[in-house]
Amino acid sequence: MNAVEVDKVWKYYGDFAALRDIDFKVDEGDCVALLGRNGAGKTTLLRIIAGLSRPARGQVRIRGGDVRDQETRRRIGLLGHGIAVYDELSAFENLRIFATIYDVPDPAKRAMEWLERTGLDRVKDGLVREFSRGMRQRLAVARAFLHEPSVLLLDEPFTALDDRAIAVLQGLLAQARSAGSTIIMSTHQLREALELASNVVLINRGHIGFQGVRTAEMLEDPGWLYRNYGEV
Amino acid sequence: MHYLRSVVTIALKDLRSEFRSKESINASLSFAMVVLLLLSFAFDPSAEQVRDFSGGLLWLVFAFASTLILNRSFARELGNDCLDALLASPLPSSALFLGKCAANWVLLMGLELACLPVFGIFYNITWWTQFPGLLLVIACATWSLTIIGTMFSALTVNLRLRELMLPILVYPMMIPALLGAIQLTTDLMAGKPIAADNELWLRLLIGFDIIFTALSTALVDTVLVG
Repeated sequence: MNAVEVDKVWKYYGDFAALRDIDFKVDEGDCVALLGRNGAGKTTLLRIIAGLSRPARGQVRIRGGDVRDQETRRRIGLLGHGIAVYDELSAFENLRIFATIYDVPDPAKRAMEWLERTGLDRVKDGLVREFSRGMRQRLAVARAFLHEPSVLLLDEPFTALDDRAIAVLQGLLAQARSAGSTIIMSTHQLREALELASNVVLINRGHIGFQGVRTAEMLEDPGWLYRNYGEV
Repeated sequence: MHYLRSVVTIALKDLRSEFRSKESINASLSFAMVVLLLLSFAFDPSAEQVRDFSGGLLWLVFAFASTLILNRSFARELGNDCLDALLASPLPSSALFLGKCAANWVLLMGLELACLPVFGIFYNITWWTQFPGLLLVIACATWSLTIIGTMFSALTVNLRLRELMLPILVYPMMIPALLGAIQLTTDLMAGKPIAADNELWLRLLIGFDIIFTALSTALVDTVLVG
């Protein structure tokens, strides 16, 4: 069974086809770098995989289940453009809420564990609106990982992160990979993405330009993929 | 059990956020007070006139003030893309919706109960003679406003003109519930209890609540995800 199966997905915004016949499969434990220029459709595709938007045609299955199934969603960890934590709540309250929603055993304990892992335990009772940008980003990372998801969907995860948050995220991604989690990551930071990825999907204006295993050639010259398979 | 815990978690989250920011409760409470005050100066009604229109006046003020609270219900989730995190989680959309309804109901009940003494003072009316009945009517009618308002708050959350669209969509839908609430409140303010001749309005309110709660919880996932 594939971890993620994207089956002939189409998505329209009005008359504009944002995604056209997107079709690929991701095996358990694979890390896919989802590449493409701005407006190519990466975020739209990730939103459909996360179950935040329905495709006009086709379907997405995660471990054989529909993405809107409760059990399927329990496996997904999403780190999108926004930090997805509440400004008016404390760091601890935010994590406890999400731990409760994910039905994690002992939500308060799990929230504290993740505050410690992300170095936020000293400010656990501080309101998020009073946090620096870096602290907010680390909290967002903790929120995405605290239920130990087996499928991670990351939309430009390194964009606008500070050094400490990047280090935290890279450590967590390495751990997730070694634990066998499946990762789909859209990014513009080619070198970082290709170092982590086992597979690559390149999207050009809504359709797949390339999909396959990440080769040593791509790692040596990150621009190679765009030169050979990118949109003209 | 997990479903109920999720509903309570969302309700408490919203209430905690609102009590810390006070962004909608302050606006709606001051709006309701100002309207009650201005209308008392504008019309200077006699005691008999007040008894005749007390229900209408109160429920129009409550309906207008409620949109200031209901508008924020799902809009609160847009900041930092929190709605995406909730929709991607295993939280059922109906639990998210009912949690938000519960928080909105508590806020609206607080607003309405705070307005009653002010209404009594400005309009010189003894509103508490049928208080248990009045509380029941307010509770049922507030759930009607809440369920409709929260549903349309979800529907308009991604619209740029949601502050304008919500009242336009919500008020026509509220008419049956408002009619029942106005009729019953007017009777209760005049000291007349809920009896055989006006019980139909209470049944209408309860029926409205049941039907729209069932419809909204069934449809909310489609509304939020498309």
